[in-house]
Amino acid sequence: MEAIHSPLPFYVMAVSLIAAGLIRLSKDRPNLREFWTIGAALVKFSLVLVMLRHVLAGQTFSYRLLTVFPGLDIAFRVDPLGIFFAVTASLLWIITSFYSIGYVRALDEHAQTRYFTAFAVALSATMGVAFSANLFTSFIFYEIITLCTFPLVAHKETPEAIRGARLYLTYLLGTSIAFQLPAIFLTYTTAGTLDFTAGGILAGKGSDTLIAIIFVLFMAGIAKAALMPFHSWLPAAMVAPTPVSALLHAVAVVKTGVFMILRVLLDIFGVDLLGDLGLGTALAYAASFTIVVSSVIALRQDNLKARLAYSTISQLSYVILGAALLAPAAVTGGIMHIVLHAFGKITLFFTAGAIYVAAHKTKISELDGIGRSMPFTMTAFTIGALSMIGVPPLGGFLSKWYITLGAVEAGQFPILIVLVVSTILNACYFLPIVYAAFFKPPQVAAPARSNPGHGHEEEPHIYWPWKKFGLQEAPILMVAALTFTALGTILLFFAPSGFLALARMIVGG
Amino acid sequence: MSLHFPVLVVLIPLFGALLTFFAGLFRRTWAWHITTYATLLSFVVSLDLLMSVRATGRISYWLGGWAPPWGIEYVVDYFSGYILVVISFISFMIAVFAGPYVKKQIGPERELNFFVLYLLLITGLLGMVITGDIFNVYVFLEIASLSGYALVAVGKKRGAVVASYNYLILGTVGAVFVLLGIGHLYMVTGTLNMADLRERLPDLYHSRVVLTAFVFFVIGFGLKFALFPLHTWLLSAHSLAPSAVSAILAAAVLKVNLYALMRVMFTVFTPAFVYEAVPITEIFFVITPIAILVSSVMALAQTNIKRMLAYSSIGQIGFIVLGIALANETALTGSLLHMLNHALMKGGLFLLAGVIIYQTDRYHITDWKGLGKTMPLTMLVFTIYGLSMVGVPLTAGFVSKWYLAIGALEAGRWYFIPVILVSSLLTAVYFWRIIEWGYFHEPDDPEDAKDRCHVPWAMMIPIMVMAFLLLFFGVAAFIPEGPARQAAAMLLGMQ
Repeated sequence: MEAIHSPLPFYVMAVSLIAAGLIRLSKDRPNLREFWTIGAALVKFSLVLVMLRHVLAGQTFSYRLLTVFPGLDIAFRVDPLGIFFAVTASLLWIITSFYSIGYVRALDEHAQTRYFTAFAVALSATMGVAFSANLFTSFIFYEIITLCTFPLVAHKETPEAIRGARLYLTYLLGTSIAFQLPAIFLTYTTAGTLDFTAGGILAGKGSDTLIAIIFVLFMAGIAKAALMPFHSWLPAAMVAPTPVSALLHAVAVVKTGVFMILRVLLDIFGVDLLGDLGLGTALAYAASFTIVVSSVIALRQDNLKARLAYSTISQLSYVILGAALLAPAAVTGGIMHIVLHAFGKITLFFTAGAIYVAAHKTKISELDGIGRSMPFTMTAFTIGALSMIGVPPLGGFLSKWYITLGAVEAGQFPILIVLVVSTILNACYFLPIVYAAFFKPPQVAAPARSNPGHGHEEEPHIYWPWKKFGLQEAPILMVAALTFTALGTILLFFAPSGFLALARMIVGG
Repeated sequence: MSLHFPVLVVLIPLFGALLTFFAGLFRRTWAWHITTYATLLSFVVSLDLLMSVRATGRISYWLGGWAPPWGIEYVVDYFSGYILVVISFISFMIAVFAGPYVKKQIGPERELNFFVLYLLLITGLLGMVITGDIFNVYVFLEIASLSGYALVAVGKKRGAVVASYNYLILGTVGAVFVLLGIGHLYMVTGTLNMADLRERLPDLYHSRVVLTAFVFFVIGFGLKFALFPLHTWLLSAHSLAPSAVSAILAAAVLKVNLYALMRVMFTVFTPAFVYEAVPITEIFFVITPIAILVSSVMALAQTNIKRMLAYSSIGQIGFIVLGIALANETALTGSLLHMLNHALMKGGLFLLAGVIIYQTDRYHITDWKGLGKTMPLTMLVFTIYGLSMVGVPLTAGFVSKWYLAIGALEAGRWYFIPVILVSSLLTAVYFWRIIEWGYFHEPDDPEDAKDRCHVPWAMMIPIMVMAFLLLFFGVAAFIPEGPARQAAAMLLGMQ
């Protein structure tokens, strides 16, 4: 592959960092502040698209920012896997930005500047992970994500939020220091380098036991992938405002985790080494366990966001499962699941936030008949849910199809059972919500609030026209965002070619 | 002029002390100004010395022109050059901070005492670093120690006098051990020059007198730099002294005594002797993990900020000693880097504690709720220091821990990795609770929020400069890494 030396990946990372500074400076002018967020999101996405064109043409970008000391570089490299993740995250950031503005203004949230600043920094760090050229660089950005999302999770500053955020930080920072860092130390002393290299850098460098230890340390250390038993931080993080849960805890943060796992599997260990040592199979079973168990837990959650969180834990393990099966089709499926799950799950979180803003409901048992007053939202919910289950013609079908093919290819028939069971469980925890929303009569509960907020009398500064139509939807910005992602889920089924081409390039080497 | 730089490093603060005394009698603010300029000048001279050592190699200065085995020799090599820069820089930073701090926290009547003692302390420390004569080390050690004891007691805080007395007793015991060590060596070799001793000692390595001398040095300097379990004096001395004094004690005094032990281990004795003939590394391998873990746990149990920082120092000293015991270039580089980083971090943290106490008069971190709103800049800088103490990447603290961890793996001692990491995690916990209290809790008393910060910039700027360096050396680690690696290679390579 032809390498282009260009600071472009660095700029993509830096755009939202600069925006974070500008957001902070314009804290007294909300409209200007939001302009920076949207502007940075658009600029970032366009720069990513520029690079995408080159990557699809078989080129890579590389840029060394600085050498901390000999042997340890902060360096960027844009390859198909990196750009795949970057496109997903930066596109969804644009949509989430609009949604966020609707959400925080409708609820008249406090500390909005801190919120948008932390969000912008989180996106920078996500791009940093996507474009890292070595383990050291990705570790830095991985930690930055953890630290800068802490204020977002603790946003409400209630004792419950602080508790959740503390658990979040303990898990993510703790595992990364306790397991990931020693894994990096061992990799460095074993292989003599930390650079991501197609085919891996550890093959033939150490004893089988040592490789297996490094492998286990990495899998435990990348807790953002929420592989059991390191998953409890994700439900704890649900105390965050919903747009945070949507973009960060369905896309950026958790996908950073699975992305790092893919990187480590493909570019540190290499498919051949994993196959020889049987580590892939072991990981596949660990992922299967997570898929089934977290789905079962999800069944029992009454809080909508908690159920979505457990569903995320299960869906993330699909990506890991796909990669761990090591068969080309399965790896393709795993990679595709990054974007397919992203669109589906962000839609579901967007609807959860819309329900909270419009009807102030968080529990599934309160959703009876809500489809009548919120038809757009609940239609989008249905589309997202069906995509999670894997029903064609929705995106989620594609990745399951590829993973199934891969499981057959790899001869792992027990995995097929896992896939079937998981699909049934998905249906069991999503379809009752859809049914209740559309077909059960509305509860005669407390009178709906036309203007939810923290006791403020004046109208929120947001366009909110639904009352005219006898509906009770969330602000237009939010409904537009969730409609857009729902349509994206459908579109990805019919036109996945761009992403699929990238996935094939990754698998093909 | 530059020919005489080695002696100027010591003379500048010494004459500065005299000048401070007389000028201070006329006008008190002059005491601060002279101290600041004297320390700045010795920093510049030290920096120049390090540059010339790196360009041309070892500098030997004969005091009064007397040739070495008879006269006193000052030696600037990679190791002493590096430490000179660290110590003189830190003392300059703390001197700048001390002006407004001393006026309010110690009181105008003792201002002069403080600055004179401070410069004498710096004289002693820089002298210990630069001298190549082992008896001269003892002389400077006493100069530094006596001014150190007095400085601990200079504050208003009750209990500081008792702490100073404890420090004096144990410090003197340490100094006596050092003196006995020197006496033993002189008895069998008849020389006091370090380079000369180095040549004469190998024939006597089997001698019990020499072995005893070595043990005396380890115990003597170990007491002085609070080697676990000889650390008990440190807790009260560092926590009850005025913050500026705690800062110089933790950042410079501990480092210089550690330097003196390393100097004796590697250049009076040889690495071969230290690592093979005596079981000192085995002892270090046992006590340093205990020091690191126990002190982290104890730090977690403290609510008095200065006591917490004092406990943390014991563990950080453990890291440096661990790097020495691991006996390879990577680990020793890590130790030397950690000497710099810990000087910056702990010096800065004690100064920060001083700033917060100056403003709020609160020693307990449980009272620091909502500090992020009332003292936003202080809290931001505190966060940077905390991250560096934890060893988060892109801060200097990460770099030294990286070297120590890789050094441990290179030495085949992987079991120190969990020790390093567990201590990092505990450090994260005890700093994070302060950061969380500061940023995510409202002040208990809403009136506090209205009380704007009155801390003078002269106090904030040194802290900010050091915080900047922590970030800068975390990103551009090759700048301190170069001299540190050269020094490590020199210490281990001198067979």
